[in-house]
This record gives sequence, C-alpha cells and structure tokens, in this order.
Amino acid sequence: MNYQVLLPQMLEATLMSLRIFFITLIFSLPLGMLVAMGRMSRLKILNLPMRFYILIMRGTPLMLQLLFLFYGMKPIFGIQLDRVLSAEAAFILNYAAYFAEIFRGGIESIPRGQHEAAKVLGFTKKQTFFRIILPQVVKRILPPMGNEFITLVKDTSLAQVIGVVELLKVTSNWVSSSVSMTPFVIAALFYLAMNAVVTRCFTVAENKLSYYR
Amino acid sequence: MQNPQTLTATDIRKSFDGTQVLKGISIQVTKGQVLAIIGPSGSGKSTFLRCVTQLETVDSGEISICGETLVKNDAAGKAVYANKAVCAKIGLHIGLVFQNFNLFPHLSVLQNITEAPVRVLHKSKEEAETIARDLLKKMGLSEKADAYPCQLSGGQQQRVSIARALAMNPDVLFFDEPTSALDPELTGEILKVIRGLAAEHRTMVVVTHEMKFARDVADYVVFMDNGVIVEQGPPEELFDHTQNERTKAFLSRFNET
Ligand SMILES: Nc1ncnc2c1ncn2[C@@H]1O[C@H](COP(=O)(O)OP(=O)(O)O)[C@@H](O)[C@H]1O
Ligand SMILES: [Mg+2]
Repeated sequence: MNYQVLLPQMLEATLMSLRIFFITLIFSLPLGMLVAMGRMSRLKILNLPMRFYILIMRGTPLMLQLLFLFYGMKPIFGIQLDRVLSAEAAFILNYAAYFAEIFRGGIESIPRGQHEAAKVLGFTKKQTFFRIILPQVVKRILPPMGNEFITLVKDTSLAQVIGVVELLKVTSNWVSSSVSMTPFVIAALFYLAMNAVVTRCFTVAENKLSYYR
Repeated sequence: MQNPQTLTATDIRKSFDGTQVLKGISIQVTKGQVLAIIGPSGSGKSTFLRCVTQLETVDSGEISICGETLVKNDAAGKAVYANKAVCAKIGLHIGLVFQNFNLFPHLSVLQNITEAPVRVLHKSKEEAETIARDLLKKMGLSEKADAYPCQLSGGQQQRVSIARALAMNPDVLFFDEPTSALDPELTGEILKVIRGLAAEHRTMVVVTHEMKFARDVADYVVFMDNGVIVEQGPPEELFDHTQNERTKAFLSRFNET
C-alpha cells in the first residue's frame, strides 16, 4: 500500500469531517438555545412547534434526514442543495434538537430561588439570564454536551451516504481497492485522536468551573 | 406631601388554585420601625412577603411603598398593577433576605454583593466594592471577600445575603425566616446582625419563629394564622397581655420548650 498517497488523502478527508463538525457546532448551539427558549415558552404557538421539531429531529434517523435534505428537497421544494451543504444543514438541524433539550434541562435545573434573588435585586430578565442563570447552566450541561460533541465527531461519517468525501468514505474506498484492513485502523486512530482533543477540552472546562459547588 | 409610611398594604387577598391563602391582610410600617410577623407555618407569611416584594401578584388589595402605589383595586375590586417601569422602580425600595440565602454560587462573596449595584444602579466597580467591603466588615466577614458561597457556613452565607441586600440601600428590608435553615448555634449570629440593623433604625419586616428576638427587637408584632391577622400590637401587649385564645395557644407552644 502506498502510504504517501493514502495518508494525504485521509488527512484531506479529515478536514472535511472537521469542517462538518465545526460548522454544525457554530450553528446548532445558538439554534438549539433558540429552540430551547421556544420549547420553554408558555405560549403555545411557540412551544408546540418546538416540541414537534424536537420530536421529528430526535425521532427519525439522522441518515434519513441527510438523504431527505439532499434528495428530497428538489422534488418537494424545487431547491437542490449541494452535497456538503445538505450534510451541514442536516447535522445542524439534528444536533440543534439535542442541544435544545440539554439546554432546557440545564436551565430548568437552576433553582427558582436564583431567579427570585435576581428579580428582587432589580436585575432585568436579560441580565438574570446572561449573568446569573447561563453561567450556572454551562457548568451543569458540560457532561451531556461532551457526549454530544464526541458523538458528532463520529456521526460526521454518515455524510458519505449523500456522497460527501469524508474520512471514513476515503478509508473504505482504500480498503476495498487494496484488500487491507490497515486504513480502517488508521481511521480509527484519527477519530480517537479527534475525540481525545474533545475530551481534553471538556476536562479543562470542567476543571475551570470546579471552583464552585 | 411626604408619606410617613414606608409600607402600606391594605386588604391583600391571594389565592392559589382556588384556595385563599391571604384573606385580607393589612399592615403599615413606619420609617425606622421593625415589624415582626409570627404565626404557624402555612399561615401565609411567606406569601405575604412575596406579594409585597413582587415575587407573587395579589388578586386584590393595595400596596404602596415609600409613597408610590404598586397596586390598587379597580372599581370591580380587582388588583391593577402600576406599569412595568414603576414596578421596577418600587422594587428598588425593597430588599429581601431569603430563608435559604439564594446566593449566586458562581460568584465570589464580593461579586455577589457588587453585581446588582454595578448592573442595576450603575455604580462604578470601585464604588460598589468599597461599599461591599464596608458591609463585609460590618458582617465580620472581611477575610471572606474572595471566597465562594459553597466555602461558607450557613450563618456566613446568610450574612453575605444580608450584605447583598443592604448594598442596594433599600428603604425597607424584608426577612423571611432568616434563621430557619440554620443550625441552632448559628441563628444567634444572624439575629445579632438584625439587632444591629434595628439599632441603626433600618426599616425592617421580619418573619420569624424566634419569639424572644421578636419581643426584644420588634416595635410592632403581627400574629398571622390561616391567612388572616389574628392580632397585632406592640410586643409587650401581644406576648404578655394577649386576651386572644389563638394567640395564647400559639405562644404557649414556644413557652413549653
Ligand atoms: N406557589 C404556590 N402554589 C400553591 N400553593 C401555595 C404556593 N405558595 C404557597 N402556597 C400555599 O399557601 C399557604 C401559605 O404558605 P406560606 O405563605 O408559605 O406560609 P408560611 O410562610 O406562613 O409558612 C400554604 O398552604 C401553601 O401550601
Ligand atoms: Mg414561610
């Protein structure tokens, strides 16, 4: 096997995987927060659609969502997204639903007394949320967020079902043409390395926030 | 014209799910006075404080604080609140100390005290810190400025929460059973702080089960039971010369122990 050809190809494909990873996070975290807000609203016109959205996104396979966004948009809406864009859109929409539920759990776990103390001190709702509630939420949701981030690193490999050339796709091409398992082992090491970094980041963040209860 | 009453609440009524919890509560607090509210648990003491501090809304009744009307009845006898800006302004006249402190765990002791003066009153950080350090000194907690709430005892946490409330310089300070979450040996330090504030003629409303404290410190005592004020008056009158059977029965429970 020609490693001088294999490795650069795998690295390039890894960049695609990382691109999907980062684009997904950049958009799905804020989107997830908005969905969580809507889901927690007392207004039915907000919380019912958000419940429905979360149900669909968590209740159907991510792979189906990928296929739908790439193949299903044209016949239904007349829009054809390119492969990478479809993949990113599917990941963003899917992960936003999971993040929304994590945010909601975190926000609802903050004792009511924190809101009340802030209100009596004269903080506005916005100040209360950003200065009092959110910092405590971040600490509480780090463990489940860590899980999602790690899952996302691995889920990027699903993008190959709509023809996105990411790490696992390149790897399996090599495996089938060379009849060697070595590329799989190398790919596994790549995913492990990425997730080691993710895990490390979360450990550092958790330690940083361990100064209080 | 100056209103001499710091707080006037008239005929406050409040129901939860059809059960009336406050059945027409009226009190007045004059500037510099300490009012103690006593009564069995479930009698509506907390609910009353929460109505006055805007954590709950009343169904009917009138509340004015420092001459400004928070809520009054319309012609049909239903509560009508002032607009949002007025409510917020009235909120700045009051402070509330909770039974379970409700300190902000992610902020240091100093930040707990300075956050509201800086963000809400727009004081400079330096000014807010000077005030906070003065208050901590008064609370005997100077060396804890940089500690976090979780590193403090319950009594220390409650003193920080009192400092946090005082930093906003409220015209009237409410306490909802400030010692009930504390071990008995720690209640003394909090009661001492409140006594000190009373000596400075801070206007205060204190819900408490500490009868000796209420008798010593309060200018006026209100006995609440089952959503009504059963009796009110100066402490000597209420504690020593009450003719009311319910008051007698309630107080006798404390005298036994
Ligand atoms: N948010 C609420 N929802 C329903 N019932 C409540 C609520 N808050 C208080 N109550 C009820 O109101 C009554 C008075 O409670 P509370 O004001 O806490 O009494 P106290 O402080 O004198 O012990 C109790 O029966 C309590 O169960
Ligand atoms: Mg109570």
